[in-house]
Amino acid sequence: MPSKALHLLAFALLLAAAQAAHALLPIEHWETQRGARVYFVQNRDLPMLDVSVDFPAGAAFDTREKSGRANLTAHMLRLGAGGMDEDEISRRMADVGAQLAGRFDPDRAGAGVRTLSSAKERQQAIELLARILARPEFSATVLEREKVRLTGALKEADTKPDTIAARTFARMLYPKHPYGLRSSGEVGTVTTLTREDLASFHRSHYTADRAVIAMMGDVTREEAAAIAEALTAGLPATGGAAPTVPPVPALEKGAERWVVHHATQSHILMGTPGVSRGDPDYFPLFVGNYVLGGGGFQSRLTEEVRTKRGLAYSAYSYFSPMLREGPFAVGLQTQASGARDALAVVRKTVADFIAQGPTAKELAAAKKNIVGGFPLRIDSNRKILENLAVIGFYRMPLTYLDDFTTNVERVTAEQVKAAFQRRIDPNRLATVVVGPSGESTAKAN
Amino acid sequence: MRVIVKSDHRAPVVVSMVWYKVGSIDERSGTTGVAHVLEHMLFKGTKAVPSGEFSRIIAEAGGRDNAFTSRDYTGYYQTLHKSQLALVMRLEADRMVNALLAPEEFAKEIKVVMEERRWRTDDRPRSLVYEQLNAAAFRAHPYRNPVIGWMSDLENMRVQDAREFYDAWYAPNNATLVVVGDVTPEEVFKLARQHFGPLPRKTLPLRRITEEPQQLGPQDLTVRAPAELPYVLMNYKAPVLRDPDADWEPYALEMLANVLDGNEAARLNRTLVRTARIASSASAYYDGVARGPGTFSLSGTPTPGKTARELEQALRREVEKLIAEGVTEEELQRVKAQAVASHVYERDSMFYQAQQIGSLTMAGLSHRVIDLFVEKLKAVTAEQVVAVAKKYLVDSGLTVAYLDPQPLSGKKPAGPPPGVRHAQ
Repeated sequence: MPSKALHLLAFALLLAAAQAAHALLPIEHWETQRGARVYFVQNRDLPMLDVSVDFPAGAAFDTREKSGRANLTAHMLRLGAGGMDEDEISRRMADVGAQLAGRFDPDRAGAGVRTLSSAKERQQAIELLARILARPEFSATVLEREKVRLTGALKEADTKPDTIAARTFARMLYPKHPYGLRSSGEVGTVTTLTREDLASFHRSHYTADRAVIAMMGDVTREEAAAIAEALTAGLPATGGAAPTVPPVPALEKGAERWVVHHATQSHILMGTPGVSRGDPDYFPLFVGNYVLGGGGFQSRLTEEVRTKRGLAYSAYSYFSPMLREGPFAVGLQTQASGARDALAVVRKTVADFIAQGPTAKELAAAKKNIVGGFPLRIDSNRKILENLAVIGFYRMPLTYLDDFTTNVERVTAEQVKAAFQRRIDPNRLATVVVGPSGESTAKAN
Repeated sequence: MRVIVKSDHRAPVVVSMVWYKVGSIDERSGTTGVAHVLEHMLFKGTKAVPSGEFSRIIAEAGGRDNAFTSRDYTGYYQTLHKSQLALVMRLEADRMVNALLAPEEFAKEIKVVMEERRWRTDDRPRSLVYEQLNAAAFRAHPYRNPVIGWMSDLENMRVQDAREFYDAWYAPNNATLVVVGDVTPEEVFKLARQHFGPLPRKTLPLRRITEEPQQLGPQDLTVRAPAELPYVLMNYKAPVLRDPDADWEPYALEMLANVLDGNEAARLNRTLVRTARIASSASAYYDGVARGPGTFSLSGTPTPGKTARELEQALRREVEKLIAEGVTEEELQRVKAQAVASHVYERDSMFYQAQQIGSLTMAGLSHRVIDLFVEKLKAVTAEQVVAVAKKYLVDSGLTVAYLDPQPLSGKKPAGPPPGVRHAQ
């Protein structure tokens, strides 16, 4: 008997070792013939496939003069391509039940599709996706219409307190950097964009060698390879040196801006340029932010602003890591008469956290939630696809998800405090308050 | 208590939702919004689990939790690792009967809800349009009241109102537990019996819900609020699904909404946005699953330079054209292909599946309707689509609301919300 028990134990250890070596999410990675990076996870549980193709072609690649060019290029892809007009593309997608989705953020632009994995449906969906990525027509008449729609939407958005706050905030954080440009462009710049502006942006930014393809679902490795080739075969050839996003200068001094708006609530945003993807401070900041304002009811901001004082429905903070330092932001909306009180509470909460860091108890609770909740980050095809797209675009390690919980566990309270102190100076924060009690002044603080 | 389990073994995760068949439809004049306020208060402690502890325990178990209140129901959910299911059940069973509803917590939370109302509705012109339209379209039925409640009712609300509502409606026999995830029905039933089994049944109040008298003619209203673009929302009275096997009109109305607006090449976008360029956006919507009366709505934003009334006329012309000329087999096939595909895509989200099951159950329907729906939609004919358009998209059941944009300076938005999600 003892020998058998021992044998079983040895077997269990072997099994554990084998599992440890086996990745949590086996990501297959290769390059297409034309140099596109592919990230693929096979899953046959559901008869469907998700694919996305992204390029470094987001709003950060705009210039001030042609602000909105990147957005309009991405937006126009599906509105006519390779001899098919917009209606034919929409009809053919719908005919096979496929769902086309665009992606556009400060760094990335592209398109993707969700389709059934059965051969006929899948082939038609992939063929359409390849066509719109490689051969968009940027029809002048469609462009004129879309410019009217877009400028109307921009003017509409400019009446909303949350938009006004977000735009003011971005300009304060990035006064001379493309991250400070409005991602969809300004009314004044959008109206001047031409068909050739978009076509040339497409030629120079949607090139095969810079494409990042994420793929998740019910196809074999061979089928995935063929799909990746089909999606990149017709893309423009490389346009020379890769486009880059300039470094982000730190804020020189703090500033507070009050903007009058006749709403019942004041919208408050406060922050500074934060952290870039792949930065060694990322995990301490991410875990620390759970304690400060990322952890919902467990966060200090919610506790101080909502639970203790009933000043707001939501109060939060986040880091948004990008190619360069994306924003660190604290936000809330509060009844106009309470704006000053709420702002004082938020300032003190942020300053205290930066000065002292998290308590041992807070840090432990943050880790428990993030580590225990890790399975929720990869519990659907959609979420896995989004992870693949980020890992690929930002060239993160293929083991990023496997190492995620270890990296979280490793974070110490000292690291959190040090990282926050390196990144955020409470005396150099940009603050904007949009609401009825504003005096429309700007002042240094 | 009814328990519905759907196994989904793709990830070691479980979604657990407790649905109470009580929403703003069950409220009385003077205390509108109480269902939603009570939802907030259910995070404010029991004797065993003090205020704030519920969310803290779920968070430390790696979970996410929240709640939602609608016209027809109130729901509480957690998403977390499957090993934590027993914990969730213990906590939900506890607050089903032991909520403290402390006055000092209420005093703070009612302020939070008022902030929520300002944020959701008072400062959002289109939410105001929706709220005002409902108040006009329903003269007597409680669907006329916003889920979040009228501001004066929130101002006047007392903790006793929440207490009375809780005592009346929170009981296992008014609840449905929906669990989707990496579990077996047997283990869930066992846990449910253990935690909810000992809770006492209650005699529920009579559900005396005023029926909406028949609308006798078209009506319209205007909302003036700070905005740039006008907007029009047209609401037609329509039936809802009551007998999923025998009814056919709700499926035909669903098909109608999709022929008009089910994809980018569908009629409203193709004609009004892309070709005629009278609209910046245009949509059609039908929700055939509800405890109360149904609506079919058309809405849109005119393109700059066009008015809301012009867009309304254009929307009406699309309906008239559909009635006069019918719909093509190609259009029907396209919608059916989309429905078949969507039925597969839905299975990628455990949360969505749980929501579908819960909302059907609350409307008195079986979760089996999820599968039946695709088959029924496939069976809809072109004649049926025209027939329901002719019968329901008519003036006599129409309420139109226009947003009349006002300049930003000086004007204050006038008044108030739709479905309310959430507590956090």
